[in-house]
Amino acid sequence: MSKQSTYSFHFITLLAVLLLCFVINICLGSVNISFIKTIQALFGTVTEDSSYYIIWEYRLPKAITAILVGGGLSLSGLLMQTLFRNPLAGPYVLGISSGASLGAALLIMGTSLFSGVFTFSTFNDIYLAIASSLGSFLVLSLVLLVAAKVKDTMALLIIGLMFGSITAAIVSVLSYFSKAEKLQQYIFWSFGSLGNLSWMQLLIIALCAITGIFLSIISIKPLNAFLLGENYAKSLGIGLKKSRYIIIVATGLLAGSITAFAGPIAFVGLAVPHISKQIFNTTDHKIQIPAVLCCGAILMLLCDTIAQLPGSVSVLPINAITSIFGAPVVIWLLVRKRKMIF
Amino acid sequence: MIKGELAAIVGINGIGKSTLLRTLGNFQPKISGSILIEGKDLSTYNEIQLASKISVVLTESIASKNLSIYELLALGRQPYTNWLGKLTDDDISIINNSIDLLELEPFLDKKCFQLSDGQLQRVLIARALIQNTDIILLDEPTTHLDLYHKVQILKLLKTIAHKTNKVILFTSHEIELAIQLCDKMLILDGRENAFDEPCKLIENKNFDTLFPKDTISFDANTGSFRIKK
Repeated sequence: MSKQSTYSFHFITLLAVLLLCFVINICLGSVNISFIKTIQALFGTVTEDSSYYIIWEYRLPKAITAILVGGGLSLSGLLMQTLFRNPLAGPYVLGISSGASLGAALLIMGTSLFSGVFTFSTFNDIYLAIASSLGSFLVLSLVLLVAAKVKDTMALLIIGLMFGSITAAIVSVLSYFSKAEKLQQYIFWSFGSLGNLSWMQLLIIALCAITGIFLSIISIKPLNAFLLGENYAKSLGIGLKKSRYIIIVATGLLAGSITAFAGPIAFVGLAVPHISKQIFNTTDHKIQIPAVLCCGAILMLLCDTIAQLPGSVSVLPINAITSIFGAPVVIWLLVRKRKMIF
Repeated sequence: MIKGELAAIVGINGIGKSTLLRTLGNFQPKISGSILIEGKDLSTYNEIQLASKISVVLTESIASKNLSIYELLALGRQPYTNWLGKLTDDDISIINNSIDLLELEPFLDKKCFQLSDGQLQRVLIARALIQNTDIILLDEPTTHLDLYHKVQILKLLKTIAHKTNKVILFTSHEIELAIQLCDKMLILDGRENAFDEPCKLIENKNFDTLFPKDTISFDANTGSFRIKK
């Protein structure tokens, strides 16, 4: 913690890489738009062109979504790993992703089962977002209720995973009884998607992300104390219950809002904190919070650029890309270091 | 207890040494009785006030083995730092004092997992010192250490207690070492629970009944235990 100044070089480099990835991400896409034209469109010097429309209505929101999704998921992963003292924890341990899946599954597949009760047969992405955020907040509040009763953080971790199993089971039952096309629709949602978000939806994610980041920043001291263990944290004057609540709510806001709009995006939350801990050789959250935000955003922009398959019309599921390109990175890092110490 | 004393809690397994220490450290609620710090009940202190009165060294291992030693030590200043945990010059000089006192200079950039048990124990004691409290509670600080390091740690605790005028209380199974080194001892036997200076405890034959007599007897002249053959 004495050596904060030495990390400024790391941060400047990371921000430069982030900017580069951002520009690359906007320049590349299914339609070929030259670099000059992209820049012109970005700064509004050419406005009538179709490229202006593509960039402002599609590519720019998508790139910003990628930054928010990557940064937000990574931060919530860092919070969970510190809170649960477990290198394998991620945003999903609180049942957020599974809750969102349940909401989406109920909307997509449940409506066809109970079509007599619910009359609306068509729905758009907004309904899907609402249903999945309701689902994730339902499961999260159940976990919070349990957290008030359970003192042991490890028990809370297992309870979160159990809630995940229950929702997964309900989703399986639903998919068994639903029609093929509904099942396909659900599976497409579960692939995750960064595109198709309006500026309004982006604003909602951004607000949730800013609140989540703010809550994390005020929790820097408790988070650092948690590195020693809960009893030591208590002996340092940390209010355990209050800090635990703030951290859980921050995670819920970050991961919940992101999962609601972009689908359950795997792996980023788990992997990025490990990557950033390799770059920044410290466990201090004052350094790690901005570090995971940058690393997560970079990783997500890269994955999105790849998923876009520049020059071709098809788009790969982002969920697959994050795992295919992210998992080997973590394996490589761990093999090189030969141990995984939280 | 009065300031500037090193005291040990001894007793057989399961008698409640650690429980007593954990209750004193406010980790678990007391069953009965009252705990007073400077004449005020423990429950009247809030978390931050308590953190500047009592520091602890626990038997549980550090949650993040990836923590560097300097970071670990610096966490000892948490009750006094601002909301971001920024260290002032005063904080840094307090940290450096303890580093010198416990000779931790070569370890500062290492991670917890790179240190041996004895080294880590010294680091944890330094962290408790850095927290700058009147009272330091240690739960079995000498387990897993060899005789030399046991003596080293206990002598160090004694020096600290006398030099810095602190109250240092620890639980231990090292009764013979404690008799030689401690100012006071509390013998938990479930009956008298005597608390006094070691020589007086020997005079009062408090050690004689600590273990079943047909197995282990206490030799008052040498202050050590003998196994009955």
